[in-house]
Amino acid sequence: MAISVKVMERPEPEETSYLRAALSGMALTFKHLINPVKVTQQYPEEQTDLHPRWRGTHRMEVHADGRPKCVACGLCPTVCPANCIRLVGGEDDQGNRYPIVYEIDEFRCIFCGMCQEVCPVEAIHVGRHFENAEYTRDRFVYDLDRLMEQDHPTTLLWDPSDPRSE
Amino acid sequence: MEPISGVPAIVAMVAKVLGLFTILMLVVAYATLAERRISAWIQDRSGPNRVGPFGLLQPIADGIKNFLKEETLPATANRLFFVLAPMITITPALVVFAVIPVAAPLATPWGVVDMIVADVPIGILYVLALSSLGVYGLVLGGWASNNKYAFLGGLRASAQMVSYEVALGLSLIPVLMLVGNVTLTEMVWQQQQMGIWFALPLSLAFILFLISAFAESNRLPFDMPEAESELVTGYHTEYSSMKFSQYMIAEFGHMVTASALMATLFLGGWDLPGTWDNAFWHEGQLIRGFAEDGSVLMADAAWWKTLVTFGAFGVKTLFFLLVYIWVRWTLPRFRYDQVMALGWKVMLPTGLGYAMLMAVTILSLDTVGMTYGFTYGLVLTGVSGLATLAFLFFIDRGHTIAGAAALNRQRAHAARHARGDNPAGDGQVVLPSAVGD
Repeated sequence: MAISVKVMERPEPEETSYLRAALSGMALTFKHLINPVKVTQQYPEEQTDLHPRWRGTHRMEVHADGRPKCVACGLCPTVCPANCIRLVGGEDDQGNRYPIVYEIDEFRCIFCGMCQEVCPVEAIHVGRHFENAEYTRDRFVYDLDRLMEQDHPTTLLWDPSDPRSE
Repeated sequence: MEPISGVPAIVAMVAKVLGLFTILMLVVAYATLAERRISAWIQDRSGPNRVGPFGLLQPIADGIKNFLKEETLPATANRLFFVLAPMITITPALVVFAVIPVAAPLATPWGVVDMIVADVPIGILYVLALSSLGVYGLVLGGWASNNKYAFLGGLRASAQMVSYEVALGLSLIPVLMLVGNVTLTEMVWQQQQMGIWFALPLSLAFILFLISAFAESNRLPFDMPEAESELVTGYHTEYSSMKFSQYMIAEFGHMVTASALMATLFLGGWDLPGTWDNAFWHEGQLIRGFAEDGSVLMADAAWWKTLVTFGAFGVKTLFFLLVYIWVRWTLPRFRYDQVMALGWKVMLPTGLGYAMLMAVTILSLDTVGMTYGFTYGLVLTGVSGLATLAFLFFIDRGHTIAGAAALNRQRAHAARHARGDNPAGDGQVVLPSAVGD
């Protein structure tokens, strides 16, 4: 779409009243001075409602007994376009597969949410969360324990029958 | 009521110096906060509101930050002048306040104390002399930085200060003629005697002084020496830490002083309506005014009068500070040639003409034998009002400080002329720069 440009007509100098223009400008700013339009959100005190499909840092779902739901199928590292998931799978005595190593580098992650979409057991999720500040860079590689500890709400998957999540 | 003398006078003097300096620095510090908060409200933002309640400790945080910042000294800078320049700027901005009376005389058990640090007989001349010294700091700082932006800022500062110093002085001449003296206490006293503050009887002088004061303190729309969008930050581009802070304090100090001066010269200083608060030293006596038969009416100084009049002075000064900030966040910056055109082609002739007009008016009134007082002021108000209307009509039509519209018209005319399509044939000279586009 082309950018629409509105060319303002310049008034003739004889028709221009700089004084009136300046005074009306002063009146306008004074109106805003005594009655400002409040648009600022006082952030730490007032939190934004994040959209249901906001994609933030990850979270691993856990079973009731504390084991991760992940079955180490390897789909998420395969689908991950940023190649930020490192998964080493293992198998226990009953033949259940589980992740030995599961790491997500949140710096590399582009928060596309494809890991959550592809997961067959709904184990890995992207979250509705954005306060991720850390003091050191290595704290941004989330290991399995860290992912399981996260307790922020998870993102809703995109529903084709309700494309705008309404 | 005797004026204070001896040892108590020295104590009172020291107390006045310390007190006034403290108040001035506090006002300057909180003016920075006020500027940020008011600009935020004007732009529908919140401004700094985190440090302390309503952000009230922000100036202190700023001060600590400025002390802790790294002090830079450009390798190619002239070390001596680079360090000296901020000091030269800050000193005049702060010492000018010494000659401004801030309240009615205070009665103490040891005598009456004038609420002015130094009631020097040269009064307003001292103010003019010192306030124009401030430009040396700007020019030196800009030059010593060895930085082209700082240098241009310094150049602009000098040109602008010189131009508007003239208009400032000319706008003061009617005030001096009316008062017949140059001390600021006498100016307050004469306004009390007239019963009208000089903003009305000398309205055009007030307008000229207001505009010149804006230009003198380098505030928008006259902040050519700083002009962030053109010159980074102008003359103080290379300054950091407390040296930068000194320039900032000087700028705000200049604003406060100019506001206090405008309040004193044109809004009656610490005067409030009515004669109850009038006080002036007349032949060794503190008088309130003159009776019909010429005998003096004695004034009785009281601490509450001092307090109330100090409040009045503060309110008037803060009002002008608000106007400074309000104008800054409303009007865009002038172009450099517009600043010069306004200074030399509008302010200077207007100031001269108005001084002549007022001289004629005052002389006529004195010749007719009208006594100095309320009616005298009303006549002056009428004459000045007409002059003000004429002045506003004149500058309002774009005759002298033409905006972009007039320039476009001139360009179109020049282009027509260059094509040889000049039906008027008025033989105007076409400048090459005007034909380019």
